[in-house]
Amino acid sequence: MADQSAKQGSGGIAKIAFFVVLAIVMVSGLIFAPEHAGLAIHPMDQFKIAPLFGGDHLGAFTPTNETLWMVLAIVGIVLLMVVGTAGGKEVPTRTQSVAEMAYGFVYKMVEDVAGKDAVKYFPGIMTLFMFIVFANFLGLIPTSFTPTSHIAVTAVLAMIVFVFVTVLGFVKNGAGFLGLFWVSSAPLALRPVLALIELISYFVRPVSHSIRLAGNVMAGHAVIKVFAGFAAALGMFGFFPILAISAVYALEVLVAFIQAYVFTILTCVYLKDALHPSH
Amino acid sequence: MSSTTTTTDAAHGAADAAHGAADAAGMPQLDFSTFGNQIFWLVVTLVVIFFVLSKIALPRIEAILQARQTRITNYLSTAEDMKQKAVEAEATYNQALADARLEANKIVAEARAEIQAEVDAAAAKADAEISAKAAESEAAIAEIRAGAVDSVKAVAKDAVKEILAAMGHKADAKTVTAAVTARMKG
Repeated sequence: MADQSAKQGSGGIAKIAFFVVLAIVMVSGLIFAPEHAGLAIHPMDQFKIAPLFGGDHLGAFTPTNETLWMVLAIVGIVLLMVVGTAGGKEVPTRTQSVAEMAYGFVYKMVEDVAGKDAVKYFPGIMTLFMFIVFANFLGLIPTSFTPTSHIAVTAVLAMIVFVFVTVLGFVKNGAGFLGLFWVSSAPLALRPVLALIELISYFVRPVSHSIRLAGNVMAGHAVIKVFAGFAAALGMFGFFPILAISAVYALEVLVAFIQAYVFTILTCVYLKDALHPSH
Repeated sequence: MSSTTTTTDAAHGAADAAHGAADAAGMPQLDFSTFGNQIFWLVVTLVVIFFVLSKIALPRIEAILQARQTRITNYLSTAEDMKQKAVEAEATYNQALADARLEANKIVAEARAEIQAEVDAAAAKADAEISAKAAESEAAIAEIRAGAVDSVKAVAKDAVKEILAAMGHKADAKTVTAAVTARMKG
């Protein structure tokens, strides 16, 4: 009962806070009218990469704002997966049960999608999943930077998967891996055509694999920025775009997880193809 | 990042608007000059995460999950044992109850048989006594009846003698006796 009333109380406070923020936004919109009335929206500025410690030169090893958020992702992963499980309690703490859940989630995915013999590649897949999930969610913090919104990052992730899976396929099955492209259930005349299509689709995999992730993350962030620009331009009616931002943000939270999930499960599918190339 | 932006903006001065438009159109994602830097830091990040996960986190979580699974299995088997014991105890209890019931029935039957025997004996004894008494009484009655017949005979003889004497006849004792006896028989 007490718990419930507390919840209701916090809900009430949240409601009041929401209206207070709304009032402040409207009043400030009236007082601080936009300096230039035109739309000055730079939705892509948030993706700019700049050296972290000043200077204009961007060398290969210069720490950048992107480096910072990658390091923060590492910190988050260490906090969750290492510090959170430090006690190793049989009855888990909250953090430990989240870590266990993440473990079980990816482990089951690998086992179910890629098969039992793929379990030895589980740490690698877990690495991909944890990195993407943490990068995505940290990127949802306002004014932060999202590494997964950069095609360079997701392309490397996708190429790692692509090269690994292709090499593994040939190592495990030898020339039999080419059976992946030779649809033996199709009529003989059609097989060369199908083989060409299969081959093209195989090489398109890393492209779609990487662009899907970067595109989703980038689009959501850019849309939020565009709405924010509208909010600044509309003055008193700025709360409409702000409501829209809230809605898009909720969608972004969903996308942040789903894209990590999709990337991981596709990796599992490709791994399955490498281990069992028969159609 | 913001400080860099402002300095750039200040440097460009009048060309600010045009610069902004160019920035808005361009995608930092397609700025290939940053790719080497990004790839370097990404690889470093991935290597770090991979080692943290594969050397520390994942074995630890696996151990935790395994320990829990073992514990649960143990608890389940203990529970199974307990259940088995409970079933055995119930069987023993039921057996004891059945035995006790059987014993009780036996005792009841024995007691009943004993009592029945006593009752039978007493009844037989009573019957015997009753028949003895009856026989005795019959004998007494027979004696009395015999005594009565004798008395009647004597009285009748005397009466006949007296009657004959009164009528002037000398009564022959033998004849009278024979006559009375014959009469009484008839």
